[in-house]
Amino acid sequence: MYTFSNRLKIASFILMAVGAIGIAIGFITMPSTVEDAKEIVASHSDGHGDHQAAAETHNTNAHGETAHAEGYDSKHDEHLLHQLQNKPWSALYVAAFFFFMIALGVLAFYAIQRAAQAGWSPLLFRVMEGITSYIVPGGIIVFVILAASVAHMNHLFVWMDADVVAEDKLLQGKAGYLNGTFFLIRAAIFLGGWIAYRTISRKLSLAQDEADDNTNFVKNFRWSAGFLVFYLVSESMMSWDWIMSVDPHWFSTLFGWYVFASMFVSGITVIAMVTIYLKSKGLLEDVNDSHIHDLAKFMFGISIFWTYLWFAQFMLIWYANIPEEVTYYVTRIQDYNLPFFGMIAMNFLFPLLLLMNSDYKRVNWFVIMAGVVILAGHYLDIFNMIMPATVGDQWSIGLSEICSVLFFAGLFIFVVFRALSTAPLQPKRNPFIGESKHFHY
Amino acid sequence: MASKVIHAFYNDDDILMLAVKKVKAAKHHIEEVYCPFPVHGLDKAMGLAPTRIAITAFIYGCIGITIATLMMNYIMIEDWPQDIGGKPSFSYLENMPSFVPIMFELTVFFAAHLMVITFYMRSKLWPFKQAENPDVRTTDDLFLMEIEIHDNEEELKSLLADTGAVEINISEK
Repeated sequence: MYTFSNRLKIASFILMAVGAIGIAIGFITMPSTVEDAKEIVASHSDGHGDHQAAAETHNTNAHGETAHAEGYDSKHDEHLLHQLQNKPWSALYVAAFFFFMIALGVLAFYAIQRAAQAGWSPLLFRVMEGITSYIVPGGIIVFVILAASVAHMNHLFVWMDADVVAEDKLLQGKAGYLNGTFFLIRAAIFLGGWIAYRTISRKLSLAQDEADDNTNFVKNFRWSAGFLVFYLVSESMMSWDWIMSVDPHWFSTLFGWYVFASMFVSGITVIAMVTIYLKSKGLLEDVNDSHIHDLAKFMFGISIFWTYLWFAQFMLIWYANIPEEVTYYVTRIQDYNLPFFGMIAMNFLFPLLLLMNSDYKRVNWFVIMAGVVILAGHYLDIFNMIMPATVGDQWSIGLSEICSVLFFAGLFIFVVFRALSTAPLQPKRNPFIGESKHFHY
Repeated sequence: MASKVIHAFYNDDDILMLAVKKVKAAKHHIEEVYCPFPVHGLDKAMGLAPTRIAITAFIYGCIGITIATLMMNYIMIEDWPQDIGGKPSFSYLENMPSFVPIMFELTVFFAAHLMVITFYMRSKLWPFKQAENPDVRTTDDLFLMEIEIHDNEEELKSLLADTGAVEINISEK
């Protein structure tokens, strides 16, 4: 039985407190008028002269006619104001989604382990169940942010703005799918399904410990297989709704898979990190280096799978260069050059070279180190998906962004480790537990 | 003078593993073990050094990606930088996404094929090679342990008989 250590609890509270203060400051200092927004940009551009110049040439290129210049200027200022107002919201949303997707990725991994009847992983089921406990609070927070967007408290999703839709033929065409009510109903169905499976599976998993036969195990197997079918469909639609629709003029068919790969690899990384942490406390006696080795292999393999999908999406659009598709990457390469390409290094090159060696995959601190880089890389991945559409070239990784991450990291640690302390860390009579204990590679 | 070897036959891989451990414990050098199929953990029991073939594969892969890059940089960028359908051929980096499929495939091609050839050369396998099988039954259902004899024939014989060998032969090599 794991007891939530006081030090970790206090650390999580400090993270949450610092994060909450930073988030609050971000919202308070958000500009409320066009003049404020101009001032913020002016004070920033002292050091970034070229930034301003680039923005100006962009203006003249896009609207060369001087007759329009005046009307365009005020429009541009309003646009800038919206971008700056979006900053704390986007920072909150990116961090909330990032930690939520870790829990969801772990849930998918867990369901796969159950459906595949994997022999090595039952020892880690309680760790995974602990991590997936975060989908309840995390999912509710994401839902609240989405509901706030539908309630017009922010401008994260441009298609929610009735004035914009009125002037936009494309958005009108998509209004049958992209409308506030249906959007929230879908979100509720996805979250309801995921939380329901998590609750049922956890209950059956605990009941199996006390049972005399394997009926709970068999039921869990069936629920897991069913969940995976639901998950594949709902995850794909979730990625269109929650992420792709911030760029409602753009679409990509493999986007669902791409988001899935990102959450899957982050989830597996967190399983490995939590397992190593608990093992270092002497709480998972039967977990050996081979379990870590397997997790690290998954981290390695899925990192490459993510890169494959990233590249498949990028290269097809780059190659064909169809204007309606390619703007997505043009904004990212122009305004987000370092995070966009830095993320490839962190999510691909780093794990590729570090986790290729079989011996390194068994060295715990090596796995932790690779895990930190992978998690940071996938935070940047979500950052790169959301920010260009919501804040554009006004992005920065400053107070709002860092404090949002700290807040959700604290919440994540608190929820996960509290859930871990509610049940014994080793399942008692899982049919595969013996095999898992003697697993070696 | 030709040396003599002792051949001990086993009919079970578990017994073979125990025998290998016993012989190692008695500090005899095992010349070779012939098995009809891979026995998990036999290399560890015999104390064989781990293979380095994965390292060679990594190096071959690096060679492959280098060749692909140099080749396409020369052909597409340096030698004749044509405008083909508006693809930017001013520098390698600018046109890199379209080269990645080839870079990837050549990396895999070099890593895989050169590693296989390395394996054949190191384990001395080629067509028309004379089979080095001391007893035909070892490809079907018997395991064979071969130990060189250095004036200790009787001692070895009794040791191997103790380990559950079903047949012990002495032969010239």
